[in-house]
Amino acid sequence: MSTILKVDDLVKNFGGLAAVSNVSMALNDDELVALIGPNGAGKTTVFNLLTGVIVPSSGAITFNGPNGTVPINGMKPYKVANLGLARTFQNIRLFKNLSVIDNVLIAMTSHYKEGFIQSVFRLPKYYKTEARIREEAIDLLKIFDLQDDINVLAKNLSYGIQRRLEIVRGLAMKPKILFLDEPAAGMNPEETADLTRLIRKIQREFHITVLLIEHDMSLVMNLAERIYVLDHGSLLAEGTPDEIQQNDAVIKAYLGEEA
Amino acid sequence: MKANFKYNICWLIVMIAGFYAINTLILVGVINAFIENMLVTIGINIILAVGLNLVIGFAGQFSLGHAGFMAVGAYATAIITSDHANAAGFWTSIVVGIIIAIVAALIVGIPTLRLRGDYLAIATMGAAEIIRIIINNLKITNGAAGMFNIPQFATWPVVYIMVCVTSILIVNFIHSRGGRAAMAVREDEIATESMGINTTKWKLAAFVFGAATAAIAGSLQASYVQTIAPTNYNIMESIAILIIVVLGGTGSITGSFVAAFVLGILDTVLQDFGTLRMVIYAVVLVVMMVFKPSGLLGTWEFSFKRLFGHRKPKGETQA
Repeated sequence: MSTILKVDDLVKNFGGLAAVSNVSMALNDDELVALIGPNGAGKTTVFNLLTGVIVPSSGAITFNGPNGTVPINGMKPYKVANLGLARTFQNIRLFKNLSVIDNVLIAMTSHYKEGFIQSVFRLPKYYKTEARIREEAIDLLKIFDLQDDINVLAKNLSYGIQRRLEIVRGLAMKPKILFLDEPAAGMNPEETADLTRLIRKIQREFHITVLLIEHDMSLVMNLAERIYVLDHGSLLAEGTPDEIQQNDAVIKAYLGEEA
Repeated sequence: MKANFKYNICWLIVMIAGFYAINTLILVGVINAFIENMLVTIGINIILAVGLNLVIGFAGQFSLGHAGFMAVGAYATAIITSDHANAAGFWTSIVVGIIIAIVAALIVGIPTLRLRGDYLAIATMGAAEIIRIIINNLKITNGAAGMFNIPQFATWPVVYIMVCVTSILIVNFIHSRGGRAAMAVREDEIATESMGINTTKWKLAAFVFGAATAAIAGSLQASYVQTIAPTNYNIMESIAILIIVVLGGTGSITGSFVAAFVLGILDTVLQDFGTLRMVIYAVVLVVMMVFKPSGLLGTWEFSFKRLFGHRKPKGETQA
């Protein structure tokens, strides 16, 4: 197993507040890693740093892709995404007024070419390209049982399906790493069980690395191969689910100290 | 492929039928010079509104500078056809107008499209004013007096064809890779960027495309009206175009067509009312915005595909 993403001494200060301090972590190929921690621990900030949405105060993030090692701190988010880092958002950010298939097609934008002249004059090549990528998108939607909803507006989908579509949209980018920011937030136990199966399926069929932020411990302990625990911006522990469950520091962070 | 061919033929038939309908009505005298003038004005407004709708309704960038790009096209045509009063000169002037408008839109767009909402509106408004004031102070544009006796090449068939051509190009763009990227920017810029899409690039593409069509409309207008002055292209003109877009529904090309017709006819009918005209016009707008703020058609779009296909339940989109 080789390291695909390496984070060294990552620091982010917002004014006087150290939102993330000296976090180092490593993700391996095909691995499912969870990032947990109490509210305000800095989990989403770490995600935003890794995907280029915010620039770190110091530290290094390096991506080990097919084209060698690339430092990604300070890189624009769309460039980071094109390296193969896809994400979902804690508060769903679908393109609400667009159809399900358009949401997926948009995610595929950087994976096909369609010249300006070709598309405004509708040359035969335009129809060919459109047919090809639509088929590709529908194939992907079929895997996740969304093929009957392709023309439904994203805003008209139920909450659980919106979450699922956001994951499908991330996968349409053909990523190497998928970041899932609280995918089970607001879901009932049944939907969470569905989600667990879904994430397993992604792992099995797409062979990608998944980094998951989640509060639902049943989901995390069920799925994750390795867990990082964040508290007050710094790394508290790292280990397998069993190790984390036994870790005194982690228990203290979640439940407080004994009186 | 075959299905697409069928819809394209339908649109072609509609366009040719429209052309012959107007032609026949002019021949039998139903459409007199007065109504023809109204129709040409509506046509030019359609080009302007469809172009602005691409920028505001589809890319979600609130631009108030459309009249500036219109002025660029108008003056290109006025200056070139005054020297070369033939059809070749006229078409060259349209192309020159488009090129200058594209360059101007790039210069304006690259710094200002980083702004959002109100800030972008103010910046584009300022840019259009700069264009107008430059024209106002140049010798070649005859300064504040404007230009007159511009040869008339933009007859109604020319305007009709240009309305069809620009609308088709814009609609085709909307249903392509670039158009979807632009709509994604409108929906959620952060999510779009995380999909690996360079948002600045597609905002700029829509903005420049809109500016180019505004230049075409300006060229046609200058050539049809034959007299232009810098004051024709002030902020009020930009707002007049904006009104058509908002009234028709931001994000509906069909809506821009309908609104251009409704406002064009309203404007003509109200001419007998003198000063009261603007009051009635304004009241219509206020009432409209109170009772249907999403515009006449919202984001509804006419489509042959849906007309022929089986009816879909509510809440679904059209392709």
